[in-house]
Amino acid sequence: MVAENTAKNLSITLRVWRQDGPQAVGKFVDYQSKDLSPNMSFLEMLDVVNDDLTLKGEPPIAFAHDCREGICGTCSCTINGQPHGPGKGVATCQVYMRTFRDGDVITVEPFRAAAFPIVKDLITDRSAFDKIQQAGGFITARAGSAPEANALPVPKPDADLAMDAATCIGCGACVAACKNASAMLFVGAKVSHLGILPQGQAERDKRVVAMVDTMDALGFGNCTNQYECSAACPKLISHDFISRMNRDYLAATVRAAFKAVSLGGSGGS
Amino acid sequence: MATLDSKVPSGPLADKWRKHKVDIKLVNPANKRKYEVIVVGAGLAGSSAASSLADMGYKVKSFVFHDSPRRAHSIAAQGGINAAKNYQNDGDSVHRLFYDTIKGGDYRSREANVHRLAEVSVNIIDQCVAQGVPFAREYGGLLANRSFGGAQVSRTFYARGQTGQQLLLGAYSALMRTVGAGTVELHTQSEMLDLVIVDGQAKGIIVRNLISGAIERYSADAVVLATGGYGNVFNLSTYARGSNVTASWRAYKRGACFANPCYTQIHPTCIPVSGDYQSKLTLMSESLRNDGRIWVPKNASDSGKDPNSLSEGDRDYFLERMYPSFGNLCPRDIASRAAKRVCDEGRGVGPTGLGVYLDFSEAIRRLGENVVRERYGNLFDIYHEITAESAYQKPMRIFPAVHYTMGGLWVDYNLMSNIPGLFVLGEANFSDHGANRLGASALMQGLADGYFVIPYTIGDYLAGQKSGSRPSVDGAEFKAAEQNIVTMTKRFLENRGKATVSHFHKRLGKLMWEYCGMARTKSGLAAALQKIAALREEFWATVLVPGSAETLNQSLEQAGRVIDFIELGELMCRDALTREESCGGHFREEHQYPDGECKRDDEKFGHVAAWEFQGVGQTPLRNAEPLNYESVKMSVRNYK
Ligand SMILES: Cc1cc2nc3c(=O)[nH]c(=O)nc-3n(C[C@H](O)[C@H](O)[C@H](O)COP(=O)(O)OP(=O)(O)OC[C@H]3O[C@@H](n4cnc5c(N)ncnc54)[C@H](O)[C@@H]3O)c2cc1C
Ligand code: FES
Repeated sequence: MVAENTAKNLSITLRVWRQDGPQAVGKFVDYQSKDLSPNMSFLEMLDVVNDDLTLKGEPPIAFAHDCREGICGTCSCTINGQPHGPGKGVATCQVYMRTFRDGDVITVEPFRAAAFPIVKDLITDRSAFDKIQQAGGFITARAGSAPEANALPVPKPDADLAMDAATCIGCGACVAACKNASAMLFVGAKVSHLGILPQGQAERDKRVVAMVDTMDALGFGNCTNQYECSAACPKLISHDFISRMNRDYLAATVRAAFKAVSLGGSGGS
Repeated sequence: MATLDSKVPSGPLADKWRKHKVDIKLVNPANKRKYEVIVVGAGLAGSSAASSLADMGYKVKSFVFHDSPRRAHSIAAQGGINAAKNYQNDGDSVHRLFYDTIKGGDYRSREANVHRLAEVSVNIIDQCVAQGVPFAREYGGLLANRSFGGAQVSRTFYARGQTGQQLLLGAYSALMRTVGAGTVELHTQSEMLDLVIVDGQAKGIIVRNLISGAIERYSADAVVLATGGYGNVFNLSTYARGSNVTASWRAYKRGACFANPCYTQIHPTCIPVSGDYQSKLTLMSESLRNDGRIWVPKNASDSGKDPNSLSEGDRDYFLERMYPSFGNLCPRDIASRAAKRVCDEGRGVGPTGLGVYLDFSEAIRRLGENVVRERYGNLFDIYHEITAESAYQKPMRIFPAVHYTMGGLWVDYNLMSNIPGLFVLGEANFSDHGANRLGASALMQGLADGYFVIPYTIGDYLAGQKSGSRPSVDGAEFKAAEQNIVTMTKRFLENRGKATVSHFHKRLGKLMWEYCGMARTKSGLAAALQKIAALREEFWATVLVPGSAETLNQSLEQAGRVIDFIELGELMCRDALTREESCGGHFREEHQYPDGECKRDDEKFGHVAAWEFQGVGQTPLRNAEPLNYESVKMSVRNYK
């Protein structure tokens, strides 16, 4: 009894998307759940429902989760039409039942986007994000080759801004919230995190071009500046990083057009 | 009996690692690509290892049960990472970090490993900064530090309250770079279920593809496990729900020794349990103890009252009273037991009486609410989300919870287990933290192992293996191991019992917390051994695992993990029962000083206990590796 919340227990109707596999046809199925403590988390409520289903001989609901504290980015439910549900700046696992009222009908779906195919029930395949990272979401620095850490001071405001961008948990809520299923906030955040820091300058142009091109190739849509992404983001990452990425991308393509290329090294591919 | 040769190099402590690096065998650059290494796990330890080995030229296969390596449990670490940089000019040094870690571990870790850890700690920070980890900085642009428990210097580097996230994303970016370059082959949602041993050496693994359900075989020249800790044996813990012991446990059942399983860490500052449905406990970072003051009412009769109504005189700041020189920053095991003691005295707070206050009112007066918000805002937000209370207005309520496991698979100085070719890194091994880990030292160890130790030490083993001698996955050993998993899976699914897997996990957790938690007794542990064995039998008789093996089946995944936890629970209790002393996180009520501090028995127990499997339900063999302290003298820990 963590909170001194004396609110009484709730009963709800859960309307859940059930889908056996990527090719299967899915549908909403209703489940009743009674006597839920308001201090329960939303995922704990699903645990309880699943135990009941199991005992009744019905297949439990597949849902993704791990840390249950809003940092791993695994959980990914659209609750009542909103990725990660009603709260601001929270992931699905940080939604508590006290958010709902007795008698509510709660609709739960997977994150929907063409680039995130449904695996089963509420679980989607978000490996496209890993592929974007592989294309350029890094600073090449082999272990053993790094200079002394304090040799390169980073102005605090830059470090703080880079950190703001770096807090992305890679959950994909931005994509699910966007009507075009754009991944610009996710990519913009990584491009900005690394592009703001002095360490990230050497690969800055190459990075932004590679990441953006891969994003496009994987079937994510375009940004039409509605900024639903930032609103749904559990870390409230600012859409300013999208414009920053666009500027970087433009600059990189312009620079590439005029860049002298060494004939000797490996840079001329 | 297993042979436990620690392979600690000779020579003065401070020269051992340097000398060892010169002495060990190397694989020449052109030959490296002929060797394949399997790395299971991609938390800090696994992703740093996989990318570093790939950068050196080895062919690497990386396996994780997560849908992306970025989701490993390391992501959740909050507070920071230690390194002996001495940027604060406050007297830190490699030796001091080494000494603090040895002492913090209550003289139960291996000196040479710990010294190496302290040595490479400085390289880790360099490496992470080069990768773009956005550590906190001062206005001049240089790196900032904070203090952590068990140290009197400020040596902890941090990235807000999300240090683990930022370090993991750094290591993950290196891993993604190598995957993109084709030097690492990545297998996500692939759970290792068995280790394959050929001619006495680790040469492969059996994996279940969690999406298709297919059982797959992989062979390699060496296998690296970096699969994390086993705290979820308690069911409720600060670990991610998916963290499990399966990889280590299956390796144990194939002959790898499990060292000091009873050494578990209970973290003093977690949000208290709220109800039976609870699935995890949330940590409030130790960094809060820099500015927060821990107290309970002096009188039990006040424990139900509004904390703000109690005057200074009515409060007992018990850590400051008992440990004046370390105060609220004394090590975790000590702080946790002190909290338990005041709650046992009836002075605990909150509805269950199992809680103490962590109070920021003095810090808010001293620094202003804005500074407190800047330092800890995200933690206060988490607290508010879970409890619906504001820690700016009312002290937080906290209680100890299981947080880390110091025990793990036994490894030598090269981080190789007693099975040749099987290496174990990060929290999954036992080596560096003795009987208690200091805050901000797990991240350090994971990255030390992956970036700076295994790249050297694996060569010593591989150089002795003929390139191209890797066995085929069609061999009898692979077939047998696969059959083992197929049989087990069938047994789960055909059981058609009447109780869910989570039901058993909860019951196991309660048993472990009661008998093998913060305080342990001989009779309790003996009783627990019986009860857990009975629980194991009941599990097999009545567990109900729905669904099929040929598809994503989370109940099936859970079943395998929980039965392993049950078997591990027995081993932990046995280890705790046999270790007739108290040390660090292992507190036996029979062995304490009058003031309640741990009473070690160096004569009889100044060793590592490494258990060797003899069959389920059979008493395992207890091997001992003596701990030879060459540099430090084992003494009574004192934080007063
Ligand atoms: C809430 C919290 C806060 C913490 N804060 C700090 C801190 O501030 N400072 C600090 O130093 N330490 C901290 N720790 C401890 C630290 O985070 C961990 O000890 C450390 O991150 C473990 O890293 P690892 O690489 O060994 O394992 P993990 O990060 O647990 O990674 C395990 C990996 O193994 C994989 N895996 C496991 N089993 C299998 C299998 N059978 N098959 C395939 N893959 C498998 C997983 O997919 C994962 O990739 C904290 C711990 C917790 C719980
Ligand atoms: S489960 Fe990790 S973010 Fe929700």
